[in-house]
Amino acid sequence: MSLLSDLVNLNLSESTEKIIAEYIWIGGSGLDLRSKARTLPGPVTDPAKLPKWNYDGSSTDQAPGDNSEVILHPQAIFKDPFRRGKNILVICDAYTPAGEPIPTNKRFNAAKIFSHPDVVAEEPWYGIEQEYTLLQKDTKWPLGWPIGGFPGPQGPYYCGAGADKAFGRDIVDSHYKACLYAGINISGINAEVMPGQWEFQVGPTVGIAAGDQLWAARYILERITEIAGVVLSLDPKPIQGDWNGAGAHANYSTKSMRNDGGIDVIKKAIEKLSQRHKEHIAAYGKGNERRLTGLHETADIHTFSWGVANRGASVRIGRDTEKAGKGYFEDRRPASNMDPYIVTSMIAETTILSK
Amino acid sequence: MAQILAPTSQWQMKITKSSTTASPMTAKMWGSLVLKQNKKGPARSSTKFRVLATKAEGYTINRLEGLLNLDLTPFTDRIIAEYIWIGGSGVDVRSKSRTISKPVEDPSELPKWNYDGSSTGQAPGEDSEVILYPQAIFKDPFRGGNNILVICDAYTPQGEPIPTNKRARAAEIFKNKKVIDEVPWYGIEQEYTLLQTDVKWPLGWPVGGYPGPQGPYYCGAGADKSFGRDISDAHYKACLYAGINISGTNGEVMPGQWEYQVGPSVGIEAGDHIWASRYILERITEQAGVVLTLDPKPIEGDWNGAGCHTNYSTKSMREEGGFEVIKKAILNLSLRHGEHISAYGEGNERRLTGKHETASINTFSWGVANRGCSIRVGRETEKQGKGYLEDRRPASNMDPYIVTSLLAETTLLWEPTLEAEALAAQKLALNV
Repeated sequence: MSLLSDLVNLNLSESTEKIIAEYIWIGGSGLDLRSKARTLPGPVTDPAKLPKWNYDGSSTDQAPGDNSEVILHPQAIFKDPFRRGKNILVICDAYTPAGEPIPTNKRFNAAKIFSHPDVVAEEPWYGIEQEYTLLQKDTKWPLGWPIGGFPGPQGPYYCGAGADKAFGRDIVDSHYKACLYAGINISGINAEVMPGQWEFQVGPTVGIAAGDQLWAARYILERITEIAGVVLSLDPKPIQGDWNGAGAHANYSTKSMRNDGGIDVIKKAIEKLSQRHKEHIAAYGKGNERRLTGLHETADIHTFSWGVANRGASVRIGRDTEKAGKGYFEDRRPASNMDPYIVTSMIAETTILSK
Repeated sequence: MAQILAPTSQWQMKITKSSTTASPMTAKMWGSLVLKQNKKGPARSSTKFRVLATKAEGYTINRLEGLLNLDLTPFTDRIIAEYIWIGGSGVDVRSKSRTISKPVEDPSELPKWNYDGSSTGQAPGEDSEVILYPQAIFKDPFRGGNNILVICDAYTPQGEPIPTNKRARAAEIFKNKKVIDEVPWYGIEQEYTLLQTDVKWPLGWPVGGYPGPQGPYYCGAGADKSFGRDISDAHYKACLYAGINISGTNGEVMPGQWEYQVGPSVGIEAGDHIWASRYILERITEQAGVVLTLDPKPIEGDWNGAGCHTNYSTKSMREEGGFEVIKKAILNLSLRHGEHISAYGEGNERRLTGKHETASINTFSWGVANRGCSIRVGRETEKQGKGYLEDRRPASNMDPYIVTSLLAETTLLWEPTLEAEALAAQKLALNV
């Protein structure tokens, strides 16, 4: 037993210059994360210096069997919290051999939007609040819930502590440190209203980095729950009834919003969002209609609303933003299974590029 | 619940006292925390995850431990700050963490934060933001390194303390010049009971039955006399590591019940240290898979309740002639018995029966070395003519901000009428 652990934790830097790079990409469902590792001759810190790679797209529903190669382009590097040393995690996106982004590659379009000069000038910041639910492995019933029954009603669990109130803290705490180690801009965590549900926040990050960092954080979370023998769910409404759903609220600001007079820019941006409510909702995650009911701190999916400090609205402005006359706002509509590349770039497009 | 932090330039402030020499609670230390005596019957799959260091079937080694105990200081200056506050019931502790760019030493260096008050019974949904003001910092015994726990209190966005914020009023009392000059010291004896998770029956008690009557358990040792020592011992070291002024611990008269003491602390610190120690205790019992209760009378019948005796002294009490000052204080307290009792914890009437080392809730009494009184004065204090008094009335679920500030207020800031004073002096046989 101790030999295995010694091997897994072996520090290779004394024996070799070589490093291990774990290439990570998003699979055919748009939500499943895949990865495989390769050896590189020496340490790398710039993604442009990493070789392109390929994988079997026919095994992830992303290519036909007779033309199965999908090409991986490395886009972002993070330190590997599992292998440590100089080993790395690499966030990639997927292309055909001809160089076209495959249909499920949502990063490509987002990168285009984020390189538009108008968007670059506005320096869009994102803070994403990723909620998720932990499930017992074989029953797929939430962690800490009695099999065949339910825990006491919501109330004591939000930010709670204690064996009857918080389930799975080890996972959350190790995820926090792992992300900090990896270089992800994780800004906080908390226990959520539904027992067995947690949240972490990534941000503020600029432009395309928001999506890269959130996907890296999701990958690390999948790896950690794997170690813990617990199943990760990003379903937006895991349990029907008087139980909260899981969202991925996106906090957003541009340079103009952060400067004096920003509150007017914010209100204009919210107005633009209100006119594209349906398009945003369609892109904000599958199954969101089970979550956005108007109850449980959500706004109804059909109606666009906004308010200061109002957690029942589609968009919420914080009191300190209102007071200072500048700041940011929170789009509370995205579901926990949203693609951050889509959501971040769409918010930028609607508020900066559309008229 | 996130707030966008502008990447401002922080001042260069490093912790001067060595913070990296003491090692945090590593998973190896927790290894002995598996409470084998309770694992009767088929273990539910969910209980596996409540014992520390979760491990999947089919995995031969535990890889989470390494991550939980990761020392980040070689890789980043950033620290994790766990903001802690008291929820809507007045006894539930809540917390969430955020990343801070550099280590801090003083609460004033930490940003204010906010939380969703509608989820803790402290604000309505359409105006849910409650603001957290950092008030006291402790080292985080779970995360180690330069990471911290932060005791906060809660305010409306307009800057008013919310109704459940008892610290604000206490802080005002402790800022009063008369109180400051008297340097009030507090030693608080926090009792608590441990319960088995799913049945909520005390730890070590047979489910569906009772252990042998009280007698062997107080300060006892042995598998049939002491239940949950790991929790008490882990808590003791964790608090010392954190910088909490924990002064001792002992097994209590009722089996499965324990006590620890915090003090002597000056003024508002007493409350901050008790709340921090309660938070650490909740986290430790969470990891041990055991439920913490601060109920003042968890089991009816011939079983002790749980209190929070508060030892108290002022400068004058500690100096020559202090015993007279103590008697005057007791006199004042006797005239405000009703006010104190109503602030000393919910459900106390189930505990203060006049039996099981308590005084009846309706009568005020005092005595030297008498554990059946409301106020007890130690033999040492009587002999030396100076010292402190012990208020035995507070329940284990009391709010230390309320109790400590009320003691200061009644004995230092409040004056009875001369008639009332004379009457009380007679009744209590106090020549003041």
